[in-house]
Amino acid sequence: MASSAFNTGGSLPRRQFINRVMGALLCLSAAVALTPLLLVIGFILANGISGINLDLLTKLPKPVGELGGGMGNAFLGTAILIALASLFGVPIGVLAGIYLSEFGNTGFARILRFLTDVLTGVPSIIIGIVAYTLVVVPTHSFSAVAGGVALAIIMIPVVTRTTEEALRRVPNALREASLGLGVHEWKTMMYIVLPAGLGGIVTGVMLAIARISGETAPLLFTAFGSRFWQDGLGNPIAAVPLQVYKYALAPYKDWHDQAWAAAFILMMLILILNVGVRVVTRSGFQKIR
Amino acid sequence: MDITLTTLQAVAVEEREETVTRVSKGLVVEKLGAYYGNFLAVADVDMTIRPNKVTAIIGPSGCGKSTFIRCLNRLHEVVRDARVVGKVMLDDEDLYDPRMDPVAVRRSIGMVFQRPNPFPTMSIYDNVASGLRLNGVRNRGLIAEKVELSLRQAALWDEVKDKLKKPALALSGGQQQRLCIARTIAVDPSVVLMDEPCSALDPISTLKIEDLIAELKQELTIVIVTHNMQQAARVSDYTAFFLGNEKVGAGELIEYGPTRAIFTNPADPRTENYITGRFG
Repeated sequence: MASSAFNTGGSLPRRQFINRVMGALLCLSAAVALTPLLLVIGFILANGISGINLDLLTKLPKPVGELGGGMGNAFLGTAILIALASLFGVPIGVLAGIYLSEFGNTGFARILRFLTDVLTGVPSIIIGIVAYTLVVVPTHSFSAVAGGVALAIIMIPVVTRTTEEALRRVPNALREASLGLGVHEWKTMMYIVLPAGLGGIVTGVMLAIARISGETAPLLFTAFGSRFWQDGLGNPIAAVPLQVYKYALAPYKDWHDQAWAAAFILMMLILILNVGVRVVTRSGFQKIR
Repeated sequence: MDITLTTLQAVAVEEREETVTRVSKGLVVEKLGAYYGNFLAVADVDMTIRPNKVTAIIGPSGCGKSTFIRCLNRLHEVVRDARVVGKVMLDDEDLYDPRMDPVAVRRSIGMVFQRPNPFPTMSIYDNVASGLRLNGVRNRGLIAEKVELSLRQAALWDEVKDKLKKPALALSGGQQQRLCIARTIAVDPSVVLMDEPCSALDPISTLKIEDLIAELKQELTIVIVTHNMQQAARVSDYTAFFLGNEKVGAGELIEYGPTRAIFTNPADPRTENYITGRFG
């Protein structure tokens, strides 16, 4: 083999051996990385599935010591909080994302992008304090609005950056085609660029919703929690993660069961949302030639 | 067809006062220079582009051909830090007059790009209608007539008339490029700029586009950048040869004249070297 044109200077069996070892190592690492996820799902499934019933989704909590009841108000509360957060967070995030993608080369935009990234990493409890200072203190009340503001602040950087990325992926050729037709820049943005990047923007919004629907810390002193059906947006509001947190700390067995069951449902909802994102991005993604 | 066109124009004029009817116009370029930041990409071009003729721009890669035609409809300036000096006259209007709206300029000087770039979220029909709709035309009947007329003129109507609602991206590359031409002429430009419109297409699609160019020049002024010298010889009435300056890199107009003269009896030895394939 020494004089063969195929000779690469090494020992073939040895290389094949190393190849197999490294392949096995990579596979093992991937398995280790996935283990916590499977453990979490398995654990919540095992503990939570027995507690699931219709009452959990539709009934109010019973007083301490009384069995039964549910946390329907918490599920409704989480839905209201997500709606409020999206109402505040999505327009701001999308507009900021448009700004960064279309005018992103100025010094101001670079600072903005950096601060957005910083905001993504701010601990959510601190964002809760900000919302407390901004909304709870001036209005003298914990409220759904305060909780929505806290969650919106968490949403904004996620939506901003995914919108920016989605719009940057829209080929410049489309902008030029539209401008070349004598279409104004803002119309080009609205009717050509935004629709072309819509799949990515929707992905960002759905991921942000998945992220905030499990947040507990920022709601502690903004939404505060409640054991009753919601009465207006200016009053404290229940949320599933808050309820789970409170029930898990309490010394009652039936509350623990309800907490497991609620955690299971919340996790499934987030999972469905993530799968939904996959489906949307697969079908709605732009074929870019 | 003449009758349809006239009625259409009448309706269009009624619909919006400043409607540009399809009237071919010539361009006069004076001392035109184009910059990217501090880099001079095209220097000092003087050129008269005649109405109802096809003018081909040839030259080696990087000589500023594309940059030059992008100056003709003020598309150059949408690139960051890009700017233009000099003058471009469309008949008696200065396109670079400070009071001139670049959007209006692009409405009367359309552009077809190197790679077909139909709007991916729109159907075939909507692509052709997009220019009219986004410029505020609401009359559905007028839009429908205009779409059909433009698709016919782009020699695409028979191929797509049964699938107008299908996504534009379902078409082949050559069909997509003809769709882009239909989209461009649907807004009634007086000049159409084409930036290597066939370089991403196969020979048969290329021939179709060339036939189309010959048809369109009855009504339009066409400026076409091409790398293919046979194409320039086949389709154009006038040819301009650009070459990058050896010292500063800026593209310069070396020679401009009737295509036959440029290809059979070039005045400049550099033109002769290029068209005989000795460099570039």
